[in-house]
Amino acid sequence: MPMSRRGLLGSAAAALPILGARRGGAQPGSVLRIGVLTDLSGPYQDVSGPLAVGAAQLAAEDFGAGAKGFKVEILQADHQNKADIGAGIARQWFDRDGVDIIVEVANSAVALAVGGVARDKNKVYINSGAATSDLTAAACNANTVHWAYDTYMLAKSTGGATVKAGGDTWFFVTADYAFGQALQRDVTGFVTEAGGKVIGSVKYPFPGTTDFSSLLLQAQASGAKVLGIANAGADTVNTIKQAHEFGITARMKLAGLLVFLSDVHSMGLPVAQGLVLTNSFYWDLNDRTRAFAERLRPKSPSRRPTMVQAGTYSSVLHYLKVASAMGVPQAKQDGAATVAQLKAMPTEDDAFGPGKIRVDGRKIHPSYLWEVKTPAESRGPWDYYKPLGSTPADQAFRPLDKGGCALAGT
Amino acid sequence: MISIFGVPGPLLFGQLSLGLINGAFYALLSLGLAVIFGMLNIINFAHGALFMLGAFASWMLLVPNTWLAMISPGLSVPDWLSLGYWPALVVAPVLVGAFGLLLERTVIRRLYKLDHLYGLLLTFGMALIIEGLARNAFGSSGMPYRTPDALQGPVNLGFMFMPKYRLWVLLAAGGMCLLTWFLIERTQLGARLRAATENPDLVQAFGVNVPRMISLTYAGGVALAAFAGVLAAPIYSVNPNMGSNFIITVFAVVVIGGMGSILGSIVTGFGLGIVEGLTKVFYPQASATVIFVVMVIVLLARPAGLFGKAA
Repeated sequence: MPMSRRGLLGSAAAALPILGARRGGAQPGSVLRIGVLTDLSGPYQDVSGPLAVGAAQLAAEDFGAGAKGFKVEILQADHQNKADIGAGIARQWFDRDGVDIIVEVANSAVALAVGGVARDKNKVYINSGAATSDLTAAACNANTVHWAYDTYMLAKSTGGATVKAGGDTWFFVTADYAFGQALQRDVTGFVTEAGGKVIGSVKYPFPGTTDFSSLLLQAQASGAKVLGIANAGADTVNTIKQAHEFGITARMKLAGLLVFLSDVHSMGLPVAQGLVLTNSFYWDLNDRTRAFAERLRPKSPSRRPTMVQAGTYSSVLHYLKVASAMGVPQAKQDGAATVAQLKAMPTEDDAFGPGKIRVDGRKIHPSYLWEVKTPAESRGPWDYYKPLGSTPADQAFRPLDKGGCALAGT
Repeated sequence: MISIFGVPGPLLFGQLSLGLINGAFYALLSLGLAVIFGMLNIINFAHGALFMLGAFASWMLLVPNTWLAMISPGLSVPDWLSLGYWPALVVAPVLVGAFGLLLERTVIRRLYKLDHLYGLLLTFGMALIIEGLARNAFGSSGMPYRTPDALQGPVNLGFMFMPKYRLWVLLAAGGMCLLTWFLIERTQLGARLRAATENPDLVQAFGVNVPRMISLTYAGGVALAAFAGVLAAPIYSVNPNMGSNFIITVFAVVVIGGMGSILGSIVTGFGLGIVEGLTKVFYPQASATVIFVVMVIVLLARPAGLFGKAA
């Protein structure tokens, strides 16, 4: 008898748990399982997504676990930018699928939720995708490391430098949720500290806003010199595109507070030119970053890595070094002990150069201030940034005693 | 300088005009939805995805070699095949309309005799598939699209500098709305369409090919969405999610205007654009909510919508 459609669906549904169980049932032995929990189908797909998975795979290849007597498996899952789904996958990975470490996790809300799961299950969690600096402050724990960047780093670099360059009066266009408000708060701190003044701000509902022209006109009417853009992804692209359209760029300096390389690519240089932004990684920074980007190229020939994807590479590589040094069975056994070892060993890789992880879980490296090139200055696709300055590693992030993390002894 | 509730007059007039322009997008999109619902009884949830396809089609026509290389390295076409904004304004809606025709002929057609909910589920699923495929092919962060040279720069309206392109949007969308309204309410073709909606069997008995008319109506509604997509490409980020940001608001517009009412969707589209624009001045945080507040009030007072006829 031919199978009815409903019957087919039913048997497919019945088969799913069996497939899952088969994977979970495999005995670990000396296999390290790395779960890349990321946005594979939403707004942060280009910032993190499939290329972050590729970066984790590259780290495993570069490390060459086979020669050192153990295997590395890279798993991937889509958290759909929902904290409950992300936490659910994390639990399933840790409990059933034998995952030892979760990396990436773009989206601050999901990031904070997964941090709690990693602590409860005593596993390792290295975040390179989320912005919130709370991961190493109120929400810090002994199982969490925060890698590539955070809101404090962005605020200090872009905010401080813009005021020094004469941009002393600010107006914010802010996404009205935790991330946007935190970013505005952090930048405001640096602007006032450097002698600048915040004249006003306008908060818009997120998500669901596509037209920013009304808000931009209010910013222009305020007479401020700098437009602080406290949002991310498509909102940033829309804000900058429309600021350009309304000629705001001629009168105000745009400060993109969280702009990724993929956003600049999406805007195109005619629109993005002159934008000042902070990234802790750029593929064309030096010989080592270029070599890293070249090795990553086969994973996605038409894209260059963002700081998030570079962070995933760098964090997985460091984890593998530490796990190999302390012994794979030990690394699998106790997440907090492994994280303590991660902090004890200095980091070193092509993407970020030398660095270290602080006791509160903050990975320390320099941050770089960039200006987006004009179309005439750019030599070709993905040649987008020119350097404006940098903040040394020991000053780029929030001082240890200011975050209120219990691990820092404050 | 005059000031209203503490907001300077020029700023307020500026916001009103911007609201009107956003309203033009709402009107154009909800018009397509209303036409489709009126004639086919299908709640077309794929409308946002088709709007996105319109924007993407204009980008693909502009830089064919860029996306061909993204899909398969080495593929390319001669440069003269690259079409700018003005040809795309016609070609993109035709292409996306043809795609709509294909959808109607293959899948949507099978649901006419079933409950509304089936059409809603089907088109919602189609929207997810179309958006997912676009994300897989082109990523999520979007594509650049340059404003056409003839429409670069601002016009001084006295109270503000308005980009020429936005005025063009108002003109083009307004014109298209009027044209559609005229076609349906004032021509013989429109009369047949409306008659076919009331009693398809009788109209068919008069020798009118009703199934073909319905297919073309769906294609026409889809083409309207694609036309709005082309208009949107230079000002909004051309990304696979761009339609889903609009679609909820646009559904609210259709409901407020009265399901299936052509005039209702046009007037409500522009009106709500203005209401939203004003909210962005006085209390921006509520600008996404205000449309639904209006919807609640209208539904309480007139359950069939402002221009709808009670069932």
